[in-house]
Amino acid sequence: MLFTSYEFLGFLLVVFIMYYLLPGRAQWSFLLLASYAFYFMADPRYLIFIAITTASTFLAARAISDKKASFDAWFKEHKKEMEKDERKAAKAKAHSLEKKIFLCCLLFNLGILAVTKYTNFTISNINSVLGAFGKEGTLSFVNLIIPMGISFYTFQSMGYLIDVYNGKVEAQRNPFKFALFVSFFPQLVQGPISRYSDLSQTLFEEHRFNWQTVSFGLERILWGYFKKVVIADRILTSVQTIIADPDTYNGWYAFAGAMFYALELYADFTGGIDITIGVAETMGIKVTENFIRPYFSKNIKEYWNRWHITMGTWFTDYIFYPISASQFMMKLSKKSRARLGNNLGKRVPVYLSSFIVWFTTGIWHGASWNFIVWGLGNFVVIMISQELEPFYRWFHSKVNVAGTFGWRLFQVIRTVLIMSSLRMFDCYRDVPLTFKMFGSIFTKASLSQLNVQSFINMGLTVADYTVVFIAMLILVIVSLIQRSGSVRGKIATLAAPVRFVIWYGLLIGTIVFGAYGIGYSASQFIYNQF
Amino acid sequence: MEELLEILSDLHPEVDFTTATDLVDGGILDSFDIVSLISEINEEFDVTIGASELTPENFNSAEAIYALIKEKLDDED
Repeated sequence: MLFTSYEFLGFLLVVFIMYYLLPGRAQWSFLLLASYAFYFMADPRYLIFIAITTASTFLAARAISDKKASFDAWFKEHKKEMEKDERKAAKAKAHSLEKKIFLCCLLFNLGILAVTKYTNFTISNINSVLGAFGKEGTLSFVNLIIPMGISFYTFQSMGYLIDVYNGKVEAQRNPFKFALFVSFFPQLVQGPISRYSDLSQTLFEEHRFNWQTVSFGLERILWGYFKKVVIADRILTSVQTIIADPDTYNGWYAFAGAMFYALELYADFTGGIDITIGVAETMGIKVTENFIRPYFSKNIKEYWNRWHITMGTWFTDYIFYPISASQFMMKLSKKSRARLGNNLGKRVPVYLSSFIVWFTTGIWHGASWNFIVWGLGNFVVIMISQELEPFYRWFHSKVNVAGTFGWRLFQVIRTVLIMSSLRMFDCYRDVPLTFKMFGSIFTKASLSQLNVQSFINMGLTVADYTVVFIAMLILVIVSLIQRSGSVRGKIATLAAPVRFVIWYGLLIGTIVFGAYGIGYSASQFIYNQF
Repeated sequence: MEELLEILSDLHPEVDFTTATDLVDGGILDSFDIVSLISEINEEFDVTIGASELTPENFNSAEAIYALIKEKLDDED
């Protein structure tokens, strides 16, 4: 059930009405039922997977939490009777059991994710290697189902398990409440990847109907649909045409394709998240923000702090930090500093951890070399910009441009161009073709390509491009206003007729200019496939 | 505290670490800085800081970082 389908709107309406008709204490239970119904309607078999992850994580986290609590109580009582070494040994013994439970659960769930998502990718790589030795197609592919949103709910559950293991959150005692945390339907298919400590604050609470919260939620949903159907699904036609025929559409077209895709992906993903956050907000539930105007970032590092934030912080907290703070990395740091000097040596473990994180980020996005190379491309760009920092410091000490509008604009355009170039790996069918098309921007771009007719031939009319352009301007204006606070909050302070014109204008605009209905099929959200 | 301030100043000479209280929240220290920092702390003070302790609260000010180091030193005594 796509967010853009009529079924989803109908489902939402029923859930919303029932949610507020029910007594407050039954609301979260009802949401669990609704979430499982949502998942069931996608494919009943998916339920087995999510139920297994939910049950195993719930039980493991509870066992860890119980062990911690009983040890803490015992330790408090016997601490004074023990010598330092005995205290250490007691702690290590208790900790080792917790660690076993933790690792079993972690590996089990990551194993499910790996098997469902990466088995065929592994087989195809083995076949390629065997093929190089003259044994074509030795292993046949297996027919596995990939449960919808498995990457998102697995990461969310594992984040919870790690937090419980580290003593950052108390384990949830109610299995059904935990099941709702894992399966909450608005964020099940494309995130955000919520933290238990954030989402649990409002997810299980009773919520009475509050017009302001509901209207703010509806406005956010509408804004999400506007981005999705007016911008993303309309420009999609040109993107698909350019990608499908790389022989014709090279040079400037490849560049235009990368730019169109940057716009499409932004409108698609942030639009989907707007709908998610808006739906939750109508029910009084606060879901973590996932974007802060990423295309206004000054550099790639800042971009990754503002784009898909919950994924970035997940990788930082649960992969980058544990690897880089490990004993192995600390030893490596000492050794590399002794050999390479303090300055270069201390960067070795940071870059090695970062390499692992970006490889994982790439493969998390999809089982293909395109995503792996995309991830590693991000790593290379971040590493280069880190290494160039002394140069930038020198440059700014000589040339006084920092803080000027021109420099800021240069930084923003540079970031957008780099990110859009890297994203070409999302688009083309394999890595060599992507490199070829990127190269064609520099070798095959000719002025003759820049004519209106060839862009019309991609399947969109002048009117379509005009709609996309105006909608994009609205996006930019809204983003600029947003820098000084909530746009919905500002609109709410305006006179009623103005508010009416804005929101009904947006509604009518979305209905009239949205790419759906006859001749269009509202497309799946790009991030659903991850 | 002096040694810690020296390590921090090496990372970001432009920042006054005696007064800053939003090192992480304000974006002065990023994840790369934090990892460099803990490896230097490990070297200088001979304490091990675990991944779960790498939180904004522990790294928002020099004082908070020093408190974490002291806690670790006390713990190991």
